[in-house]
Amino acid sequence: METYYKPGDLLKFEEIGKEAPEMAKKFFDYYATVFAEGDLTEREKSLIALAVAHAIQCPYCIDAYTQACLEKGSNPAEMTEAIHVATAIRGGASLVHGVQMRNVSENLSM
Amino acid sequence: MAQVSRLSRAKSTPSDRLDTGSFSRAAPFSLALTRHNLKLERDKTTTLQVNTGLLCNQACRHCHLSAGPNRMEIMRPDTIDAVVDYAAAVRFDTIDITGGAPELNPHITDLIERMAPLSSTLMFRSNLSALNDGNHDTLMTLLTGHRAVIVASFPAINAAQTDSQRGNGIFDVSIDALQKLNALGYGREGSGLELNLVSNPTGAFLPSSQEQTEKRFRQVLKDKWDIDFSNLFSFANVPLGRFRQWLRQSNNLDMYLEKLAGHFNPCSVAGVMCRSLVSVSWDGYLFDCDFNLAAGIYMGGRKIHVSKMEGPPREGTPIATADHCYTCTAGSGFT
Repeated sequence: METYYKPGDLLKFEEIGKEAPEMAKKFFDYYATVFAEGDLTEREKSLIALAVAHAIQCPYCIDAYTQACLEKGSNPAEMTEAIHVATAIRGGASLVHGVQMRNVSENLSM
Repeated sequence: MAQVSRLSRAKSTPSDRLDTGSFSRAAPFSLALTRHNLKLERDKTTTLQVNTGLLCNQACRHCHLSAGPNRMEIMRPDTIDAVVDYAAAVRFDTIDITGGAPELNPHITDLIERMAPLSSTLMFRSNLSALNDGNHDTLMTLLTGHRAVIVASFPAINAAQTDSQRGNGIFDVSIDALQKLNALGYGREGSGLELNLVSNPTGAFLPSSQEQTEKRFRQVLKDKWDIDFSNLFSFANVPLGRFRQWLRQSNNLDMYLEKLAGHFNPCSVAGVMCRSLVSVSWDGYLFDCDFNLAAGIYMGGRKIHVSKMEGPPREGTPIATADHCYTCTAGSGFT
């Protein structure tokens, strides 16, 4: 395999339903419902998705939700801020575990 | 994960999806119509669109006409006479004045004064910066006096995206122009003066939902600048002229064309503007729409001068199409 990620694979996502069509249908229906306009707008939901895409570092999702954010009317400044939110939470999640390190260290140290 | 939303779109129009591995493999627009047993024919023509010339103070990167400061094509007085005679003979419901920047045609006030009495709605398309260049206060007063509907280009509610599409400083000038129009009563509730905004995407992507965009623009413009407007229309960019050049240079052309073809919505065909509009170019020739004008495709495929027309275009006449027509049939369409 020359590369794990190919942009064209994103277009084949529906093929995942070939082996388990019922579960795929349920997932895609759920997914469509999640992203429909609710108390949050489609634009806001796309920004959240973009931030999560960066947190989980999914190249398919980053590609898709960059386009979705632009198509829903967000601008690059807003999109960058959304990514910083993900980064802050992700970085903060690491850093706050420093308290655990300190607890262990303090227990072991004189 | 975008495929999920693509799937949900495909679900609503299951037979619309085209093989878009590359645009050359996608169906020509005429074949897309045939597949759905559709014909694109003229309905009753209710709008006369007048393109006053390609001269513009801006050189927007999405302009399908490649209008700009170096374009010398301008509607001359003899052509204006012929257009006015035609409008007087046919009596269209709407007269839609566009350009380039129509403000820069030296005969624009004459055209407006003669056209205004000939239809119930006079529409004037403005890029806002030409109207707000300090030389067109009289024109603004004239438009107000005739209660012309102003249709203003306003792609985004932030300077970075607006200026990247339309030129440096255009966002600030546009905000200032909208405030001046509001001061005249345009866009303010109860004034009867209609101010409509047109938002085109600032890149190689499709427009956002018109309803959601209008809601957001209305809130942000009011909160930040106390600006009101009547309606907002969001339209896809047409892959012609300068926009097509940019698509090619940025390596987005095939992807964009595939995207338009992939969003073909057969339900939109009945309402496309070319069915009820005739567009006259700066030199007096007729086209089914402004995009065919940009592509040089004459009305019904025949070169006819406005002075030779004896009435409105005949109902049932086939409309000349090309692949850029996918722009007006993508998603909810371009009416």
